[in-house]
Amino acid sequence: MNKIVKNAEEAIRGIEDGMTLMLGGFGLCGIPENCINALVKAKTKNLTCISNNAGVDDFGIGLMLQQRQVKKMIASYVGENAEFERQLLSGELEVELTPQGTLAEKCRAGGAGIPAFFTATGYGTEVAEGKETREINGRMYVLEESLTADYAIVKAWKGDRFGNLIFKGTARNFNPMMAMAGRITIAEVEILVEAGELDPNQIHTPGIFVQKIFQGVDYEKRIEQRTVSK
Amino acid sequence: MLTKDQIAQRIARELQDGWYVNLGIGIPTLVANYIPDGISVVLQSENGLLGMGPFPTEDQVDADLINAGKQTVTMLPGSSLFSSADSFAMIRGGHVQLTVLGAMEVAENGDIANWKIPGKMVKGMGGAMDLVAGTDNIIVAMMHTNREGESKLLKRCSLPLTGKNCIKRVITDLGLFSIEENSFVLEELAPGVSIEEIQAKTEGNLRISPNVKTMKFD
Repeated sequence: MNKIVKNAEEAIRGIEDGMTLMLGGFGLCGIPENCINALVKAKTKNLTCISNNAGVDDFGIGLMLQQRQVKKMIASYVGENAEFERQLLSGELEVELTPQGTLAEKCRAGGAGIPAFFTATGYGTEVAEGKETREINGRMYVLEESLTADYAIVKAWKGDRFGNLIFKGTARNFNPMMAMAGRITIAEVEILVEAGELDPNQIHTPGIFVQKIFQGVDYEKRIEQRTVSK
Repeated sequence: MLTKDQIAQRIARELQDGWYVNLGIGIPTLVANYIPDGISVVLQSENGLLGMGPFPTEDQVDADLINAGKQTVTMLPGSSLFSSADSFAMIRGGHVQLTVLGAMEVAENGDIANWKIPGKMVKGMGGAMDLVAGTDNIIVAMMHTNREGESKLLKRCSLPLTGKNCIKRVITDLGLFSIEENSFVLEELAPGVSIEEIQAKTEGNLRISPNVKTMKFD
């Protein structure tokens, strides 16, 4: 078995106009920088992107928004991106704002073969409009449908030839659930090792969820709010 | 009138030993600076960290370690890291004992709005809807009035809701209120603030607790 591809360009081959993509990351932490840059170069368009955030104006998914590659965005928070807010308010971009926990669970459920689930989150708000609601044990819940994607693109710290992944710090965030929910999942890692070099006890995402893996280059890992104490 | 730090200081007095606590962005974040001696709480950051520590020194900065406000942070001994799905299982599953968050509006029926101004500002709800749905004990920390001087404690929220009938306590620069039976009940006054001022600046139904007192700060 060999899931290793050479680089991001090779990994994203197969992503076509109009596809649905999941992109891991929280803010700019744990985003698949190499694949995003490759998609920007490939100019793939009419994409539906599922990601907690939409990058900032000049980094991450923000770069794809600038080129109008994104038709629809499913996210929980987009406050760091002025271009996003402009496209949204002008109606150029279709957006489905989804509560963060619901978004995480939609990906987890999608990858786990659960088509929908009930959650109290969003009941009585516009998030629940048009959705089935049900009283269970005296409390009201909203039926939320799960999500899958043509491609999920995730970023991990370490990975091996079998696609087993280990994440670092809070760069884990949405990456494990998105890896599960992609029909094809691409993992870019900082360190790619041979099978057997990662301790099986420490694997966060088992390789069954990953179809392509490569070692990324030139990670910028931009920090949005560098906050230090003296 | 309370400063933002005094609001945080007052909220910190509510903390109990052993609690897991989620602090929102803004004033709520400041609560971490006032955790009373002898009280040990674990701060949850919904992007996947329990045991959040102070901001790093310049040489400790790690781009892979941030809080929900995207600020660089550190981990304390005993920290743990997890995915967003696990994080919201903690929140939705009722495992977090206290949530402190900001708001644009709170209504006398416990409704809260803090994520959208139609046609003007659309940032998204982030984790706020999950937090207000999943935590029993929620404290809203905010200014009593908006920049135009209008009350943020209302009869009904005018903005799109974040959650319905979920807020039981609000602390503002003017006082601390519980929400009971469609009323804001004034429990504590900020030093130097009169009941008349609070009445004038509260649009929602206001009751004064028979045990109302004035907050004290060292």
